[in-house]
Amino acid sequence: MDHDNYPNDYIRGILQSVKTIALVGASANPARPSWIVTKYLLERGYDVIPVNPGFAGSELLGKPVYASLKDIPQPIDMVEIFRNSEAAGPITDEALQLDPLPRVVWMQLSVRNDEAAARAEAKGVKVVLDRCPKIEFGRLSGEISWQGVNSRMLSAKKPVLAGKGFQKLSLNRPR
Amino acid sequence: MTDRLPGFDTLAIHAGAAPDAATGARATPIYQTTSFVFDDVDHAASLFGLQAFGNIYSRIGNPTCAVLEERVAALEGGTAALAVASGHAAEFLVFHTLLQPGDEFVAAKKLYGGSINQFNHAYKNFGWNVVWADSDDPSSFEAAITPKTKAIFVESIANPGGVIVDLKAIAAIAKKHRIPFIVDNTMASPYLIRPFEHGADIIVHSATKFLGGHGNSIGGLIVDGGTFNFAGDDRYPMLSKPRPEYGGMVLGETFGNFGFAIACRVLGLRDLGPALSPFNAFLILNGIETLPLRMQRHSDNALAVAEHLAAHAKISWVSYPGLRTDRYHNLAKQYCPKGAGAVFTFGLKGGYEAGVKLVSNLKLFSHLANIGDTRSLVIHPASTTHRQLTDAQRVQAGAGPEVVRLSIGLEDKDDLIDDLNQALEAA
Repeated sequence: MDHDNYPNDYIRGILQSVKTIALVGASANPARPSWIVTKYLLERGYDVIPVNPGFAGSELLGKPVYASLKDIPQPIDMVEIFRNSEAAGPITDEALQLDPLPRVVWMQLSVRNDEAAARAEAKGVKVVLDRCPKIEFGRLSGEISWQGVNSRMLSAKKPVLAGKGFQKLSLNRPR
Repeated sequence: MTDRLPGFDTLAIHAGAAPDAATGARATPIYQTTSFVFDDVDHAASLFGLQAFGNIYSRIGNPTCAVLEERVAALEGGTAALAVASGHAAEFLVFHTLLQPGDEFVAAKKLYGGSINQFNHAYKNFGWNVVWADSDDPSSFEAAITPKTKAIFVESIANPGGVIVDLKAIAAIAKKHRIPFIVDNTMASPYLIRPFEHGADIIVHSATKFLGGHGNSIGGLIVDGGTFNFAGDDRYPMLSKPRPEYGGMVLGETFGNFGFAIACRVLGLRDLGPALSPFNAFLILNGIETLPLRMQRHSDNALAVAEHLAAHAKISWVSYPGLRTDRYHNLAKQYCPKGAGAVFTFGLKGGYEAGVKLVSNLKLFSHLANIGDTRSLVIHPASTTHRQLTDAQRVQAGAGPEVVRLSIGLEDKDDLIDDLNQALEAA
């Protein structure tokens, strides 16, 4: 995968197929990007599992927090890494120890570890580097356009309402 | 649609404007409403906390204005944009986001007279200090930089006409000193010049001019190039420090490469209030659909009129970079090879009196203080737009007593030339 230029279909395919997301580096502070992304993805129907040894055993947005990936008692579709680029290496390796393997390792906007990405891809795991799943969801659904952001998406087809009020759009827009 | 980047003409029509999600309306609806109902209490909290995308109140954002924002962001090749009430409001919000009291910015001397006034006078009340540099000498920008300098500001094609600024040379200085480079791209429009391709970090527009293009709506745009890294830079606390207004959120970190546009919206537009009306956004959007066609005709007509005037006995000089003999012709070939825009100045041998007479003798040209209309426009800057400047400032700004400014419209060029001929004869 060319990690400088992801096709829209690649990102859309990931966001449409994953259900359970372990978010490593979760925060209990509502001003932090990781808290915002956790809340946004929960609202979009993803089962987000917060991971942070600092407050393992407590709850975040109604979800139990785990100390590490290996403590999570269920299969994980995607590991989202909200740590620095260096820390993303060992976290990726931890994700690659899981059985079953996650289908996707996603490093947050500003997080990029190409060596770890290569190790994951060698095992058939899809990788996304230096992207925010909330921004990508907003871009592909059309929601981000409400904020004047250049979504780089053109379409003569109607965006699709997500069905939970008027201010949420779905990824299932015709292409 | 594939991921291939669409061409400029396609973006001018489609960017930001999918059919309406609720009704399927194909033209962009005018969302003439102050406010938007929340889905539930939690949704309201998410919107106010900047945790979800969506609409709250039309001072902060409006779906019609948002289409205009995305359209212009796409045309300029930026990451995001913000639509505001006027070009002046765009400048104000940009500097409000970048500057603290006591800070400085370096600006080119050759600018729209209104910007010169805003920088020299209005900004003094905020403790923002402009330091002027020579538009034609990039090294003068570097010489003006001090530890307090927070921005550099130029116009790509400078008002009242005929000046092309060497964007690349000034961008290199801005980059070397890690200072955001702001370009007012009103006179060129992204059809003629795309400043982000030459090193700009932020673009402002008076959409009143060529973007709207029909002389019917005042509006402004701020475009974020996504190129300047504000996160962690203590000189720009609006972007790099936890904001008390938003529970300690750091905007430059949370919103990545479109953080500047978001900061202008949620700290500037929200708290200072110069919002664009959705109706004006709609009219400007309609104008933009034909921007490529209009800008080419504006430029072609302007070149024909400039060539005619350059050979006229009553005219001492014509300043239009499209002319082969013009001092800015090489810069024009580099930065705007498709044309040098609609606006230029010329000097009358008869001086101030001849300028006043010419303006009153013209029949097709409208005498008014605007540019970028379908109609051809004329003004005598010394007695109008640049009147509040001193004699020296006027000459510096290219608006001496003998100077007349034209904004060439989309009429038949022969009719424009005939009108100028009869008015010059009588002058």
